[in-house]
Amino acid sequence: MNMIEAINDALDIMMGRDPDVVIMGEDVGYFGGVFRATAGLQKKYGKNRVFDTPINECGIIGAAVGMAAYGLRPVPEIQFADYIYPGYDQLVSEAARLRYRSANEFIAPITVRSPFGGGIFGGQTHSQSPEALFTHVAGLKVVIPSTPHDAKGLLIAAIEDNDPVIFFEPKRIYNGPFDGYYDKPAKPWSQHPDSAVPEGYYSIPLGKARVVREGEAMTVLAYGTMVHVAAAVCADKGVDAEIIDLRTLVPIDIETVEKSVEKTGRVMVVHEATRTSGFGAELVALVQERCFYHLEAPIERVTGFDTPYPHSLEWAYFPGPVRIGEAIDRLLGAD
Amino acid sequence: MAKGRKSLARGGNRPPLEFYVPEPKFRPGDPVDFVHVQVPPAGAQPRPDESCAAVDTSPLCYDLVRVLDDEHQATGPWNPRLDGETLREMLRVMALTRAFDDRMYRGQRQGKTSFYMKCTGEEATSVASAFALASDDMVFPSYRQQGILLARGYPMVEMINQIYSNRADHLKGRQLPIMYSARDYSFFTISGNLATQFPQAVGWALASASKGDSRIATSFIGDGSSAEGDFHAAMTFATVYNAPVVLNIVNNQWAISSFSGFAGAERTTFAARAIGYGMAGLRVDGNDALAVYAAMQWAANRARSNHGPTLIEHFTYRAEGHSTSDDPSQYRSAREAEAWPLGDPITRLKKHLIAIGEWSEEQHETMDRELAEQVKAATKEAEKNGVLGHGLHHPFHTMFEDVYEELPWHLEEQAEQAIRERRIKWPTWKEYEQ
Ligand SMILES: Cc1ncc(C[n+]2csc(CCOP(=O)(O)OP(=O)(O)O)c2C)c(N)n1
Repeated sequence: MNMIEAINDALDIMMGRDPDVVIMGEDVGYFGGVFRATAGLQKKYGKNRVFDTPINECGIIGAAVGMAAYGLRPVPEIQFADYIYPGYDQLVSEAARLRYRSANEFIAPITVRSPFGGGIFGGQTHSQSPEALFTHVAGLKVVIPSTPHDAKGLLIAAIEDNDPVIFFEPKRIYNGPFDGYYDKPAKPWSQHPDSAVPEGYYSIPLGKARVVREGEAMTVLAYGTMVHVAAAVCADKGVDAEIIDLRTLVPIDIETVEKSVEKTGRVMVVHEATRTSGFGAELVALVQERCFYHLEAPIERVTGFDTPYPHSLEWAYFPGPVRIGEAIDRLLGAD
Repeated sequence: MAKGRKSLARGGNRPPLEFYVPEPKFRPGDPVDFVHVQVPPAGAQPRPDESCAAVDTSPLCYDLVRVLDDEHQATGPWNPRLDGETLREMLRVMALTRAFDDRMYRGQRQGKTSFYMKCTGEEATSVASAFALASDDMVFPSYRQQGILLARGYPMVEMINQIYSNRADHLKGRQLPIMYSARDYSFFTISGNLATQFPQAVGWALASASKGDSRIATSFIGDGSSAEGDFHAAMTFATVYNAPVVLNIVNNQWAISSFSGFAGAERTTFAARAIGYGMAGLRVDGNDALAVYAAMQWAANRARSNHGPTLIEHFTYRAEGHSTSDDPSQYRSAREAEAWPLGDPITRLKKHLIAIGEWSEEQHETMDRELAEQVKAATKEAEKNGVLGHGLHHPFHTMFEDVYEELPWHLEEQAEQAIRERRIKWPTWKEYEQ
């Protein structure tokens, strides 16, 4: 199963289990979404529960807040994360704070799904990684899967969660994992050992990281596409790295991070988003605050550049094997 | 000028363009004459069937639905024909709203809370609307619909607890005064971010429709806020899905110091925005409680029978400051409120009741005295739970609760930090001992 199919499966299961789950968004109904993540669901569950919306993200999220206030569990899709900004105020000022400001009278159990990240020649308006804008907001949870297995289990948990969740889907790895070597042919998920997706219902708790690979030499903190890229580079360089897929950025699994850093003493954080005030800065600060005496080298931060995503030069922007490789060398004290 | 950029001055011999900035008719010190406000005779407006095509309401978007005439009689097809008892009850809640506002305004001046917002002159828009709705129809209010809570019998003491942010405030002292939330009264939690409630109301209405419920939703927004994108998002969603919702613009002429021209009022009416969306629209004399009742009843019936949404413009006037932080004498003529051609909604309803032999000046005076006493008693009761800044607030730890359903580790750590700071400052302090 690829990641799209796993997401479709999760949505199908949750729609079947809970009549209050509704799906809405641009093109999600009849057509099944531009990435086909909601394919077949309108046919199966009817237009009351899976429906197309106007191109109006403020309306999509605003209506979802009202639906949640009624008692539904909306799962709106924002077609690309780059287009979440018109709905941003409804997310950060409304959904995120509804529970707090009404002291539990109204809650917003909304799961906003949105494909994010670059690497598909999407240009600057189909490639952004805006996760840090949401991790900064009290009241939101931010979840990013990196495998079909996790995508299904985490999405189910997100829909069941009674808080608003931003569920970012790394679209570069919808169809197969990505090792960062963009000029080599990509492998499909079916050839990936960790991609088996169990049938039926299962969930993966939010706030729990996954240790992708145990190791002694250094800790890699990553999420989404970058989990695969960082792992591939470490393997190529023969580095015995411990690779942690954070899976949930808020709330973050600090225990798993601390345990690993205490063991390895060296840390590299990797994300695709722009560098300044990115989520990597938060990770570096957390490690510095909590594990300083275990550190044997300055923490490395590998990110995209502080520019918009350039179309023709997207691979120059992308934190690929060279950038990650240099950081590993610095971290391990090679020249 | 930006570096490296050529001057933006005009070239050639084309005529110079003019930058237009709207300006209200009167400023402080100016004489006031509302001749430009067209007030059609009461009773002259046709009342189309509630199931009519939206386009049939178009003329009413430029007209003004009015029921009470100059002799204080109810007239015309929009006369809702309410009995004396209902009219008296409506009058009582409108007067109660004003009494409540006056007392709370004074409370703010006495330092019992930080802030207050009155709805003086607009009491009919909320109270008469509430009377025309079912008590379980969902309201997504703005901050000047306290009249709806009072009409629905929400306890005044609860409202004052909220305004004082005291230990009995069921919102745990988190919200600005007057930002009520009353789920049991079908009253949505008020946001400080203007206009956000509009698409939310539509979403609630869609949910109600998709579940085959019979409850409709309604929302209120100011004329100024109607310039927000959320307004248009709501209008689009409401028409696209034929939502069972009544969307209200309370046009009280002012948005703090900006007159309604800054929201587009110089070019058309607010109700006319319905036309472009293919939505039913009504423009109503917002100071005529019977007209407001009739319009809301029309729109609610229409929504309830699956004939779709309605936009209502309540044409009214904000007779007092925007809030306790505002001084309207700085930006508008002091004579505006008294010169307002549509009068005062309470006075008009009172005179109507007197004209039909259902009320008297003496009864009204007695009622006003009783209402003032009632509000005073509620205030005293609420004050036992504390006023803002005097220590009787919610336990400290509640600050960190309800951000998420469960307390995550980072908030737990921050809560411990906050309590440590507290102990350093007041060594004998204990969380639950106040
Ligand atoms: C999004 C947003 N922008 C600005 C403000 C600040 N603000 C609070 S009330 C107000 C005026 C609103 O006027 P109007 O919508 O006409 O309602 P009224 O106060 O007249 O009832 C403004 C600008 C706000 N609360 N939210």
